[in-house]
Amino acid sequence: MTTHALAEFAVVVASVLLLALPLGTWIARVMEPGVRPLPLARVERAAWRLLRTTPEDDMHWSRYAGHILGLSVAAVLLLYALQRLQGVLPLGAGMPSVPPLLAFNTAVSFVTNTNWQAYAGEATLGLLVPMVGLTVQNFLSAAVGLAVLAALVRGLVRREASGVGNLWVDLVRGTLYVLLPLSFIIALLLAGQGVPQTLRATRTVTLVEPLAGTDTTVSTQTIPLGPVASQVAIKQLGTNGGGYYNANSAHPLENPTPFSNLVQVVSILLIPAALCLAFGRLVRAPRQGWALLTAMVVIYVGSTLPTLAAEQAGTPQLRSAGVELAASPTQPGGNMEGKEVRFGIAGSAIWATATTAASNGSVNAMHDSFTPLGGLFPMWLMQLGEVVFGGVGSGLYGMLVFALLAVFLAGLMVGRTPEYLGKKVEARDIKLAALVVLIPSAWVLLGTAVSLHVQGGRAGIFNAGPHGFSEVLYALSSAANNNGSAFGGLGANSAWYNTVLALAMWMGRFWIIVPVLALAGSFGGKRAVPPGAGTFPTDGPTFVLLLVATVLLVGALTFLPALALGPIVEQMQMIVGGAS
Amino acid sequence: MMARRRTPRDGRAAIAQASLAGLRKLHPRVMMRNPVMCVVWVGAAVTTLLAATGAEGARGFAIAISAWLWLTVWFANFAEALAEGRGRAHADALRSSRVSLEARRLRDPADPLTTERIAASALQKGDVFVVEAGELIAADGEVIDGIASVDESAVTGESAPVIRESGGDRTAVTAGTRVISDWLIVRVTANQGESFLDRMIGLIEAGRRRKTPNEVALEVLLAALSLVFLLAVATLLPFSLWSVESAGRGAPVTLTVLIALLVCLIPTTIGGLLSAIGIAGMDRMIRQNVIATSGRAVEAAGDVDVLLLDKTGTITLGNRQAAAFLPAHGVDVVDLARAASLASAADETPEGRSIVAFAHDRHQVDPAVLPEGAVFIPFTAETRMSGVDMGGRAIRKGAVDAVARATGAALPADVEAASRKVAAVGGTPLVVIDGARVLGVIELKDIVKAGIRDRFDALRRMGIRTVMITGDNPLTAASIAAEAGVDDYLAQATPEDKLRLIREYQAKGHLVAMTGDGTNDAPALAQADVAVAMNSGTPAAKEAGNMIDLDSNPTKLLEVVETGKQMLVTRGALTTFSTANDVAKYFAILPAAFAGTYPSLAALDIMRLASPQSAVLAAVIFNALIIVALVPLALRGVRVRPVGAAQLLRRNLLIYGVGGLVAPFLGIKLIDLALVALRLT
Repeated sequence: MTTHALAEFAVVVASVLLLALPLGTWIARVMEPGVRPLPLARVERAAWRLLRTTPEDDMHWSRYAGHILGLSVAAVLLLYALQRLQGVLPLGAGMPSVPPLLAFNTAVSFVTNTNWQAYAGEATLGLLVPMVGLTVQNFLSAAVGLAVLAALVRGLVRREASGVGNLWVDLVRGTLYVLLPLSFIIALLLAGQGVPQTLRATRTVTLVEPLAGTDTTVSTQTIPLGPVASQVAIKQLGTNGGGYYNANSAHPLENPTPFSNLVQVVSILLIPAALCLAFGRLVRAPRQGWALLTAMVVIYVGSTLPTLAAEQAGTPQLRSAGVELAASPTQPGGNMEGKEVRFGIAGSAIWATATTAASNGSVNAMHDSFTPLGGLFPMWLMQLGEVVFGGVGSGLYGMLVFALLAVFLAGLMVGRTPEYLGKKVEARDIKLAALVVLIPSAWVLLGTAVSLHVQGGRAGIFNAGPHGFSEVLYALSSAANNNGSAFGGLGANSAWYNTVLALAMWMGRFWIIVPVLALAGSFGGKRAVPPGAGTFPTDGPTFVLLLVATVLLVGALTFLPALALGPIVEQMQMIVGGAS
Repeated sequence: MMARRRTPRDGRAAIAQASLAGLRKLHPRVMMRNPVMCVVWVGAAVTTLLAATGAEGARGFAIAISAWLWLTVWFANFAEALAEGRGRAHADALRSSRVSLEARRLRDPADPLTTERIAASALQKGDVFVVEAGELIAADGEVIDGIASVDESAVTGESAPVIRESGGDRTAVTAGTRVISDWLIVRVTANQGESFLDRMIGLIEAGRRRKTPNEVALEVLLAALSLVFLLAVATLLPFSLWSVESAGRGAPVTLTVLIALLVCLIPTTIGGLLSAIGIAGMDRMIRQNVIATSGRAVEAAGDVDVLLLDKTGTITLGNRQAAAFLPAHGVDVVDLARAASLASAADETPEGRSIVAFAHDRHQVDPAVLPEGAVFIPFTAETRMSGVDMGGRAIRKGAVDAVARATGAALPADVEAASRKVAAVGGTPLVVIDGARVLGVIELKDIVKAGIRDRFDALRRMGIRTVMITGDNPLTAASIAAEAGVDDYLAQATPEDKLRLIREYQAKGHLVAMTGDGTNDAPALAQADVAVAMNSGTPAAKEAGNMIDLDSNPTKLLEVVETGKQMLVTRGALTTFSTANDVAKYFAILPAAFAGTYPSLAALDIMRLASPQSAVLAAVIFNALIIVALVPLALRGVRVRPVGAAQLLRRNLLIYGVGGLVAPFLGIKLIDLALVALRLT
């Protein structure tokens, strides 16, 4: 690891924390009734009238969950129809309609905030689908995450209450006050760095250096354009990750400069980090929020440093091929395969763990080409359940479920039945929490196991041995945990993977949202135990350590065997192979 | 019976009995009750089949694994049986006293002379029987006529007989206790099988015991963890098949190894000991002579954060005692002490005795031997004075106004002032006179029990608030509250006040514990989360409470809370330990399982175990032995220190979390070394 890499990492973490402070305060203020800027407040009220709802219509958790499911099913159908009809609808930029299974996979992917892309953006979609379909879902799926979190927080704060809030009001607030204004700022920053923002679909330019082939010479290039900056802004802020271009943020038009890279990597982590602090304010105990954020930062930093080190160290094979592995003022050194020169080792490794810690999934380098160890941490961060920052809203509600488990596992050791924020954790709550942890893990492991043994699954695996295994494991981990990042090296646009991954995304999203809302309802109905010297402290360093240990243990214990057969053995073989 | 010490021979017999019972519990129907151990049971059965058929080669290894898996199940059953055995021994002792009891039932409750002899077991609720001196009481009941002294030592261990009579607060009698004077007519209040004793026995027998809410929740979590590991292990087979095919070498992982890995990973330590911990917790209650009517109540005791304590008997000794002599102007304090001692020499009331004792302890006045001819003047409601006439002296002590009336003159101003001062802080002033001469004032006051302040301090550190309940006026209450160090007090408390106070605390989310014995305590007892009724209390109070203290000692509430906490801490400690253990087991088994396919995974074998087979076997053996090693801890319970939650958590996390992480690395390595030394691999 170089000093420069550490400095760059420090700048990223510090920027996230500094910006999360005011943003957290802002979110806490706007997610509940209170003072807000008048013009926006007018829009908010107008939106309520349009949706024929008011905050007074407090929903029972089951109704809240029902509306989310209904909304999501409708969104999938609409998105599916849009893609299937692309050929006949306007603004299609001459692209044909998307095939059924791919359209289904993409529809589920964007509605579940996963943004797994089995298609290549510029080669599959025109202007209409990204603008009317995908970008809308980028906002809506993030707003749903925020809403579910808001409901869970209400459950923890309210006492002996039957409702958890109003979904439509929460969606309006999240979109209007949080996602839209932030996206606007980020889009402007990115456009300033040269990211296109236009309604022109393509532009044909003359090449500076014509490309001479055997019988023809290529002297022009057609560059796909579009409203890129605005889509990239919400792709990062909403932890969506679906790129405008197939190469995602590695593409020079999607992420042109080191500064645009910094803006994007910070916006990946920003809202999930700010939500922790907002949570602390909403439960009227800011230290509780800091404890959760600290736990996230600890795991993120702890995963990034070894990734950085592994990528900088390179591999024995690169060394024996004569590659200069040491960093120098003119060369990044290390394993530069699959990385962009303008981001280097540091910019790529920091991004890789940020995008997988948060359930973003956008990439600025190809994770498939990372060293085994460098690829292990991004994969593991997803397998932890996307709770280290995680998705907008979903990361924190996932982390809160882990907090419940941590409290339950060790809380008895203070001699009281476990409680979190004054709410007793009982058998029903544990059942729900267990579901949240179990469902994605089950899909990852079972999905991988089956994919390795059916014809359709095997056909997509491009590499043999542990690396091929990692490719499948990574895809399932990414889908079931709603990350959407791709390892590469897997032919994912096939009937098998389009289906199995779409199911994994759907289950990984809604089989968690429903139990989380049930938890919100369960906690909301409980009495609150006042804190005292005898209550389990959930805001100190001991709890942070305990929470980190619980997240790591559950993740490690579930996935260690699988990881051992993938990246771990690959790393060992690489070392052994390099030595011989 | 209670006080009998366990001898080593008892211990050996108990272990032998538990060993057998552990075998009987291998029946699948019994195993179904415990999901975690049920998985081990199935695993043991499958590996036995594999070993028997030799399906996977390496027969010796398969036999060793299956043997240790059976042992794992048996160890868990043994722990449960041992806990049950200890509890049952106690219950049997109580029960044996009434096996062959007979009762003289009244055919007609109105006619106490016509009785019929029937077996105690035939008595039904509502029957009325008569019991006389020398007979054992046949069933739990309520005295409806008569007064008698009863020896309850069989139940309470307390040798002093107690008075039981109809009406008032001393009407309850317990089966198996002996009437030693007079007679009683008793109405049976519980059917056979429903008495407190029967309920208690139900709490310590695994088959009949209802799991407590937290136990159920923990079991859900353990089952979920088992499911996660089942997934992780089951998918290893297809992963391994693919890896073998792709790498082109080695053999797929065997079922035996997978089952061994699964059993090592699922939380068998806590899963195997969970039931024993619960039973042992009940047993600890019983050994303190507290009978809980449900496990839920014992668990709630750990959560209690407000204790309502009756002043008398809990915080203060039962009676007021001499605390100071305040001489009148010109009187030597020793003279006052001597006169006070003389006036009380024949006074057998606790107050009187305390005056004699205090004069001796503080002023070295020897207890007077009254001379021949001295006449003791007892206290009467009319004179409200007592004392002694001797050698022409008339020494008296009495209430201030009574003495003033007797002397026929106003008391000296300084004596008057001293009396007022004593009364102002809640004490009782007694004036001592010798003839017409006023000698001074004796201050009687409530004496706070020794050491009670420290206990309240300890409770406060644990986050438990103590509230003193007293019928005294606010002034007296405040002074005693300050002296005892309680957090709050309720003065001039009526039963309604008590009930209201409990509701107020509960509305704020607190869990409240209290003790009570009178019928008018019943509503408050029913409202409190943990309600300990005194065994000497009325049936109404006992019915309303969820625990009964056979010793009728209100201070016991503090122990009840500690026992509840201890049970929860033990459960938490073993859960944490069990989960932390898994890390080392992975490091032992994973490299071993894939040694053939991916030899380079040997780098993960940081324990440098002898061979793949010895690695797997060592992990399985460690997993089984750790259950046995932790049985004493499960039965004894983790000690609960009177410190705040944060400190307790840090300490226990260090011991059971970090300890649980490290211990198996050492244990597995040692077992591996032993296996090699014994040439077993």
